[in-house]
Amino acid sequence: MDWLLDLTPDEWTAVRLSVKVATVAMLASVPPGILIAYALARGRFWGKTLLNGIVHLPLVLPPVVTGYLLLLAFGRRGPVGAFLAEHFGIVFSFRWTGAALACGVMGFPLMVRAIRLSIESVDRKLEAAAGTLGAGPLWVFSTVTLPLILPGIIAGAILSFAKAMGEFGATITFVSNIPGETQTLPSAIYTFTQVPGGDEGALRLTLISIIISMLALVASEVLARRLGKRMDVE
Amino acid sequence: MTLSVDIRHCQGDFRIEASFTGSGRLTALFGPSGSGKSTLINLIAGLIRPEEGRIEVDGKVLVDTKAGIFLPCHRRRIGMVFQDARLFPHMSVRSNLLYGRWFTPAAERYMDMDAIVDLLGIGALLERKPAGLSGGEKQRVAIGRALLSSPRLLLMDEPLASLDEARKAEIMPYIERLRDEMKIPIVYVSHSVAEVARLASDVVVLAQGKVTASGPVAGILRRLDLLPAGERGEGGALVEAVVLRHDDAFSMTVLGSAAGEIRVPGMNIAVGDPVRLRIRARDVMIATEPPTGLSALNILPGKVASIAYGDGAESEVCIDCNGVSVISRITQQSRQTLGLRPGLSVFAVVKTVSFDETSTGKGMREAHL
Repeated sequence: MDWLLDLTPDEWTAVRLSVKVATVAMLASVPPGILIAYALARGRFWGKTLLNGIVHLPLVLPPVVTGYLLLLAFGRRGPVGAFLAEHFGIVFSFRWTGAALACGVMGFPLMVRAIRLSIESVDRKLEAAAGTLGAGPLWVFSTVTLPLILPGIIAGAILSFAKAMGEFGATITFVSNIPGETQTLPSAIYTFTQVPGGDEGALRLTLISIIISMLALVASEVLARRLGKRMDVE
Repeated sequence: MTLSVDIRHCQGDFRIEASFTGSGRLTALFGPSGSGKSTLINLIAGLIRPEEGRIEVDGKVLVDTKAGIFLPCHRRRIGMVFQDARLFPHMSVRSNLLYGRWFTPAAERYMDMDAIVDLLGIGALLERKPAGLSGGEKQRVAIGRALLSSPRLLLMDEPLASLDEARKAEIMPYIERLRDEMKIPIVYVSHSVAEVARLASDVVVLAQGKVTASGPVAGILRRLDLLPAGERGEGGALVEAVVLRHDDAFSMTVLGSAAGEIRVPGMNIAVGDPVRLRIRARDVMIATEPPTGLSALNILPGKVASIAYGDGAESEVCIDCNGVSVISRITQQSRQTLGLRPGLSVFAVVKTVSFDETSTGKGMREAHL
C-alpha cells in the first residue's frame, strides 16, 4: 500500500489533473447531453439524422482525428478558439481546459446514448397525466421526465467520466503532453513507458487508474440502486 | 355545468363525428370498445387536437378551430382519471395528491385535501409509494389527485375497466359519493350497462364514432336497441326507490317505489335512503292474471304501454306500472299466446334473487349543482 501511495510529486499532479479534467468534462457534458438526447428521442426536425451522426462521430473516428479536428477548430488560430479567446478569454489550446474539452467530446456519444435510452423508456402517458393536472411543458419536464430519467443521466455521466479518465489519443493530439497542465494519467503512463526505468511508475499509475475507475463504477451502482429503491417503478 | 361538443376528427382510419351537449351531474359516454369514447374524452381533455370543431364548458371555449382557438391541456383545468391510474412512480401518494395543487391559483382551489382523503378513504396510504398499492387503491388515489387540482370538470376514462369485480365493487361507492357530495360535474366513459345504470344521470350513446342517442339515463337504458349487442341482456328499467325497511328474518330489503313494494336481497343502505334499481328486461316475466303458487316475490300490476318487435325470437314489452316503465323481454311466442296488446292489464313478475349488487346502487340525492 505504501509503495502504491508513495507517489512522486509529478505523479500526484497527474492523478489530480486527471480527476479534475474528468470531473469537469463530465459535469459540463450533462446539460447539453440532456438537451441533445431529448431532441434525438422526442424531436421531429429536419437534420435529426445528421445531428445523430455528428454526436456519434467521436465514437467511430480515430481519436487522433477528433483531436486534430479540435485543434483546427478550437486552437488559437481556429475559428471557434480565436473567437472564444478574444471575447471571453477562454483558451483551450495547451491548457487543462482543452484536455477537458477533448475528454468531454470523446465521452459525449456515450452519455447521449444512455440518456436517450432512458428518455425513450419514459411512459409518455405519465407526462400527459401531469398535463391534465395543470403542469405546463417545462414543469412536466422538470417534475416528471427529469426525475424518471435520473438513473439514465447518472449512468451516462459515469460512462463519460470513465471515458475521460482513459482518454488519450484526442487529448494528446489537441493539447499535447505537458506535465502539470495537460498530462493526464494515460499520458503520464505513456511517458513512463517511453523512458528507461519507468516501469515502476507506469505500474503504479496503472493501478491507481484502475482503482479510480472501479470507485466510479461502484459509486454509480450504489447511486442507481438507491434511486431505484426510491422510485420502485413497476 | 353545460358541456357542448361538436367535433369532427380522423384518427387513422377511424372517423369520429360527434355532437352533443351535456348538463347532467354525471354524464356517461357509453358505447362498445372502438366507438370513439376515449378519443372523445381525450379531445375534451386537450390531449388530442381536433381537426375541426368546437368544445365549450360553461361558456368557456376550449377549442374552436374556426376561430383558431386551442387551449392547451394544462390550461383547461379539466381533471382526468385514466383507466391505468398513471400515478407518478417517483412520488409518494401525498405528493401525487398535491401535484395539481401547485398549478392551481390559490383563489381557485376549492377542494380540501382532508375532505378528499376522507371521502376516498386513503388516509392510511399517504406516505406509501404507488408501486405498493393495489389496483383499487391506485385508482382511488388517482381520483383524489384529479380532484385536488380543483378542476371545472372531471373526466373519467373507464376508471373501473382494468379492475376485477371485487375492486369495482370497492370503488363504485366512492364514485357515487363523489357524484352526490362534490360540486363537480363528471363525464364518465364506460362500456358497461351496470356502471352506467348505477352511476349516470345522463347518457350519450356512441357507436362507430357517432352519437346515436343522448338523454337521461332511464330513457336510454330501456331502449335495448341502443345498447351494444353483448350488453343488451343488461338493459332494462331504472327505478328510483327508497329503502322502506330491512327484513332481517329473510335478509331482504324492502324498497318502496311508485310501482309498489319491491323486495331485493339485503342491502347495506339506511332506511329512508334513495336507491336506484335496475330491473333487467330479461328478468321480467309477464302474467295476465294475478299469479298464485309462484315463488317470485315481486308482482307489480300495470298496463302494457307498447310492444317492440325484435328481428329474432324476442319482443320487448313496456309495462306502465303506475308511471314507472318496466321492460320485459319475452319470446314472440309468449306474446302471441298471452295476446298482449297495448292497454292490456298485466302483472310484471320479478324474482328477488335476480337483483344483485350490479343492479342495485345508491340512488342520487336531489341535485345541488
